[in-house]
Order: sequence, then structure tokens, then C-alpha cells
Amino acid sequence: MRRLGWLRSTAASVVVAAAALGGLGGGQAAAQGKQLTLCWAAWDPANALVELGKDFTKQSGIEMKYEFVPWTSYADRFLNELNSHGKLCDLIIGDSQWIGGAAENKWYVKLNDFFDKEHISMDDFVPATVVGYSQWPKNTPNYWALPAMADAVGWTYRKDWFARPEIQSAFKAKYGRDLAPPKTYDELKQIGEFFQGREIDGKKVYGAYIFTERGSEGITMGVTNVLYNYGFAYDNPKKPYQMQGIVNSADAAKGLEFYKELYKCCTAPGMTNAYMQEGLDAFKSGQVAMQMNWFAFFPGLYKDPNVGGDKIGFFVNPAGPKGHFTQLGGQGISVVATSDHKDDALAYIKWFAQPAVQQKWWQIGGYSALKAVVDAPDFPKSAAFAPQFLESMGIVKDFWAEPSYAQLLLDMQKRVHDYVVADKGTAQQALDLLVKDWTKVFKEQGKEVASQ
Amino acid sequence: MDTMTTILQPDHATIPGVSTPAKSRAARRVHGLSDRTIAWLFVAPTIALLLAINIFPLIWMIRLSFTNLNLSMSYLPLRFVGLDNFSDILNDEDVWFRLQTTAQFVISSVALQVVVGFGLALLINRQFRGHSFWTTIILLPMMLSPAVVGNFWTLLLQPQIGPFNYLISLFTGVPPSSFSMTGQVSLAPWTIVLVDTWMWAPYVMLICLAGLRSIPDYIYEAAEVDRASAWRQFWSITLPMTVPFLMLAVLFRAIENFKMFDMVNLLTSGGPGSTTELVSISLKRAAFEKWRTGYSSALAIILFVTVFGAANIYVKTLNKVKQR
Repeated sequence: MRRLGWLRSTAASVVVAAAALGGLGGGQAAAQGKQLTLCWAAWDPANALVELGKDFTKQSGIEMKYEFVPWTSYADRFLNELNSHGKLCDLIIGDSQWIGGAAENKWYVKLNDFFDKEHISMDDFVPATVVGYSQWPKNTPNYWALPAMADAVGWTYRKDWFARPEIQSAFKAKYGRDLAPPKTYDELKQIGEFFQGREIDGKKVYGAYIFTERGSEGITMGVTNVLYNYGFAYDNPKKPYQMQGIVNSADAAKGLEFYKELYKCCTAPGMTNAYMQEGLDAFKSGQVAMQMNWFAFFPGLYKDPNVGGDKIGFFVNPAGPKGHFTQLGGQGISVVATSDHKDDALAYIKWFAQPAVQQKWWQIGGYSALKAVVDAPDFPKSAAFAPQFLESMGIVKDFWAEPSYAQLLLDMQKRVHDYVVADKGTAQQALDLLVKDWTKVFKEQGKEVASQ
Repeated sequence: MDTMTTILQPDHATIPGVSTPAKSRAARRVHGLSDRTIAWLFVAPTIALLLAINIFPLIWMIRLSFTNLNLSMSYLPLRFVGLDNFSDILNDEDVWFRLQTTAQFVISSVALQVVVGFGLALLINRQFRGHSFWTTIILLPMMLSPAVVGNFWTLLLQPQIGPFNYLISLFTGVPPSSFSMTGQVSLAPWTIVLVDTWMWAPYVMLICLAGLRSIPDYIYEAAEVDRASAWRQFWSITLPMTVPFLMLAVLFRAIENFKMFDMVNLLTSGGPGSTTELVSISLKRAAFEKWRTGYSSALAIILFVTVFGAANIYVKTLNKVKQR
């Protein structure tokens, strides 16, 4: 009994000391037994977030529980959850394209008042991420999320292969220029063709890895990187939802043809339904010279013992004849409107928005969108891919974020896959059909769609 | 009835603490129940469950099929659109293409499964050494989950590392990585037929085996006495007497394959392009990815009526064959 008494008094002293020192004691005591569930995709940055979340639990006493779902079923799973007003998630890191539907359907809590109260300014975040992840309607000060994970499509390449003298000289002899990371898509295709089927270290390798996945969003997230740079746009900037002649312009058709050429000339056999994971596998197994993928995976690739470190290089999505853009990825963090723990969830967002937390987030494998982190003078030197990431975030474009985005996305998946992988029709026909599909979707949504 | 009520009547004397008037009321209540009421009491929970999980959703779905409901835009007012969803579906070329793809898949896979399954049943019906072992081995694929089969075959069919392409290469000399079973328009439809046959031919075999074992030996003995050849015995005894079983297998497999989703979704995701997009994949995409609830309800009803109608015609034919 005496021993127990001693334990009790010691525990009480510890609690009092923590309260006095941290100023959080009251909150911590009150938070005993509290728990928040955060929903996101199952991927490398999610593991980093679990690490980061331990600090939040330490400070607030609120336990963090995570619900991570693989990317291929991420949208299905969580949109179903939000649609059915489920209470699984208190916080959700939802895809950028969900913001329109989430705002219109009131799935997320609007954060304007909270941001004002806590002095969280959206001016402190990278503008593209604010528009992409937080605002609905776009370019209006209506915020539904805090930019959580900045991301874009980038490229990795085998720096060690590029540096080999025999490969350098063979390339120069064939193309009359030095072998270097491509600045344009034409250059990328040449490099792809050069490596395609080449034997390196006794192994047959291939030119490039690009997204071709059919089921969720893969091929769309890949092809847009080329389409944007060939002149494709989603609608007329002066006449919203007017797509005829914009989506299916001759330039856009050329872009789509180019993506197919790239797929035919330079990818490994069997890459007919491949997305992020297949790209990582292809690159890690030394199968491809260049890989299209999301920046989110680059910290993991850089650490890879076989292809990371000095062997890997990074480059920004190459430019095309009509511009230089890249596909926006990434997500914002939102409070789910049906959560029973909204105050705690908001406390998490307040904590997550702090510069010190954002700095740590970047250091452990997440991608901060806070200007204080990415605009810091030492940021470009903080990681091998940091300069490319910074440049990419300045040239991003995103897919539709309308409430009907899922229909728009699946229509594009079908039309592009039909043309690129299944050899059905021409590029122009594929885009014409896409305009027809999208027009129907917008009309169902009650939008006025001008034909010209 | 008397026996039953006697059993149901509580023995007043043996239940302590129960007042007599209450006991007699209970006894009267039970005593007054008719056979029909008691039968309903027993069936009621099942009917309630059936109504709750089958009939009510079905009626609800029929109601939704006449609306514009889209769950991703549930803020829009719900409108009654009459037969618009049905007319959209029936006038949509893509839907007809999916139905055609599904019909091709169902016919090819079921035909192949019947041939392979019946052949295996004929082999297994003989007594030989290791009979039980081989029967178990043959039955293994149908015991696996379609999700496992889908993933497993995805690896087997991988053009660079999958053994399937190497096997084909061994026999044909075609380089293994020069073709993709799941990624080529010309091969993908046959690939899903092949994998489905691998998985379900054993099931057809089991049904056929039951048919073969049900043929009495004396018929064959009589045929032997009449000096009928093995071929003649097959055509005049074995095949006609197993036809009802074969037809049953065809019915089960056709219904199952019309609904096929998981395995094909894992193998090809409906690709390349829309080459292997069966109508069930289309339905899932419309309902749970595009969230077009009204439209997908109408599509589900059309499919239900199609399968139900076809199955009814088939069952009637089956009954006629049995009566012959």
C-alpha cells in the first residue's frame, strides 16, 4: 500500500509539473480518452504524418487514429463515406478534385471563421495550393481546407546511366547533343527511344515510364502533363464550360497523339494499366531510364539503396510547343462536417498550420505548402528534388474540381485509354467524344454549356 | 393442433410465482392460435428480413430509377424524370457494346467450361490410381477467392516476369515480352475467358460427375449385351442422361458470369480501353464512381429483367428436357 501511495503522489506531481511547465496540462487532462480519426491514402507521406502526429498527441493528449486506404480505392472509399454522412473520419485529407463536391454538399466544415479567429492566413501558403486544395468556388475567398500536402507530377531519371561515357558518346553520335535531363517533350522522347531496348549491365532496359492506368485516374493524370503543354485547356477562360474547340482543339489532339507515341515507342512491355506503384517498381528494379511520378514518392526513391542517392536525378515535367505546365497533385486537410469532434479536429489543423510543424513535415517526408518553408533561402538545398518541386509548384494546373468531377474524370479515362492503349479511333475523335461526354455531364449539373 | 397446444400450454403447477389469472390468460392466448397463425409466427421473422433487405431496396431502387438522383450532387433538387434514364440507357451505344462484350464473355466462357468440365468429369469418373488426389487438385481453383485468382493471374500473365508468356514462348518461339495477354485488344477478351474457365471448369465437372454417377450400371450392361460400341454408349446413354445436369451447370455459370465483376476488374479493370468492360463493371462505375444513382438504378433493373427473363425461359426448357 505504501508503495502504491508513493506511486500516486509521484504521478500527481508529474501531472502538476507538466501543467506548470507546458501550459497544456489542463487541456491534456481534459483530453484524456479523446481520439481523432484522420483519413488519407496509404502511401509514403502518410507514414510521415503518423510520425508527425505523435507531437500533436504529446502536446494535446488527443490520440490520433488513422484510416489509410490504397490509392486505387481511396476515392471510392472516402467519397462513399462522405456521401453517406458517415462518422468514420474526423479529419480528411481529400483529393484536390473533391473540393467542389465537398463544399456544395457540405461534407466539409467551412474554415473561414476559424482561420480568422486563429489568424491563419491563406496568403502564407503557396497560391497554387490555396486555389487547388482550399477554395471553392475557385479564386474566391471561401476556404474548405488547409493546404496539407503539396504535390505535382515530376520525373526521375537514372543519373548514373546518363553519366556513363559510352552512353554519353553514343547519344551524342545519334542526336548531336549531350545527354542531359530533357527540357522539352521532344527531347524526352528522343532519350526514351535511345534507351528503349538498350542493354545496360547485361540487362535490357526501357526508355520511360508513364501513367496508363484505366480504373481510377492514372492515364488522365499522365496525359494532362503533355496535353497542357500542347495547348489543351478545360474550357474557355472567358466563357466557363465552353469546351468545344478548346478541349478538342487541333493542338490538344497533337498532344494526345504525342502521348500515344511516347507510350508506343518508349515504355516497357505490359505497361497497359500502370500507375504510381508500377512506376516505382519499374524504376527501383532498374527497368527504365526515366519515370513519371508524383513528387510525394521522391524522398523514398532518393533513399532507395539500389537506385537512390547518386544514381537518381530529378527533372521538372518538360515543356511542349505551347507552354510549360505540370499536373497538380496533393491535398488539403479538412474537418468532416458530420464529425462529433469538430473542435479537436480544428485544434489539429491549428497545430498543423504552425511553421515549426510545417518545417518538420517537410523534413520527415511530407511536402509543406507553407511559404515560410518553401521560400526559405536554404530550401532548394534541403533535398535533391527540392528545386524541381519548387519550380513545378509554380507551373501546376489541375483537373476539374466540380462536384461532378468523378464523372468527368471517368469519361476522360475511358476516351484516353481507348485511344492510347486500345488503339480505338483517332486522337481527334477521342477528344470530340470527350467534349460530348463532358457537355452531357455539365448539362445534367444544370450548367449552361456554350457550343462555340 | 391439440397436441401442439397441449405442448405449448405451460404447466401451471410447475411454475412458481405466476398468478393464476395471468396463467390462464396466456393459456387462452396460445390455445386460441390457429395452425395458420402459428405458421405465420414462425415464418414472420424470415419474411421481415426478406422485406427489409431484398424487397424494400428493390422497390426503392425502382423508385430511384425514375429520378435524376446523383449522390455526388445531392444538393440538386430531386426530379422525377419518367423513363428518361431507361431511354438514355437503351439509346446509348456504349451500353449496347458492354452488353455485347458481356454476352461474348458469357457464351465463350460457359461453352469452354462445359467442354472442359464434362471432359474432366468423364476422366475422373473412371477408377484409377491417385483418383482422390487428382480430384482434389482439380477442385482447388474453384475454392479460391476471385480476388486471389485475379491477382495471381495478373502476376502469371505479366509479360516480363510472368511464366505464362515464357510458356507460350517455349512452344511458339514468340519472344515472351512481345505480347501482353491483358493489355492487348485482341488477347484480353480471351484472357478473361481463359482465367474464368480455369477457375470454374471444376465446378461444372462436379455437377457433371453427379450426373454420370446417377446413371445406373445396368443400362451400360444392357448396352454391352447388345454389343453397343463405347462411342454409341456415349451418344445414346451418357450424354442424354447427363444433359439435364449440363443444362443446370450452364444455368448456374451463365447467371454467375453475367454478374462477373471482381476477377475481371482485377485482371484488366475493363481495359485495354473498354475492351473487357463487362456490363457489371459499367454498372459499378455508374453507381459508385460516377454516383449516378438514378441512371444506375435503371440499368440494374434492365439487367435484372434480362437475367430473370432469360433464366425463366431456360428453366422451362430444362424442365421439358427432364420430362423427355
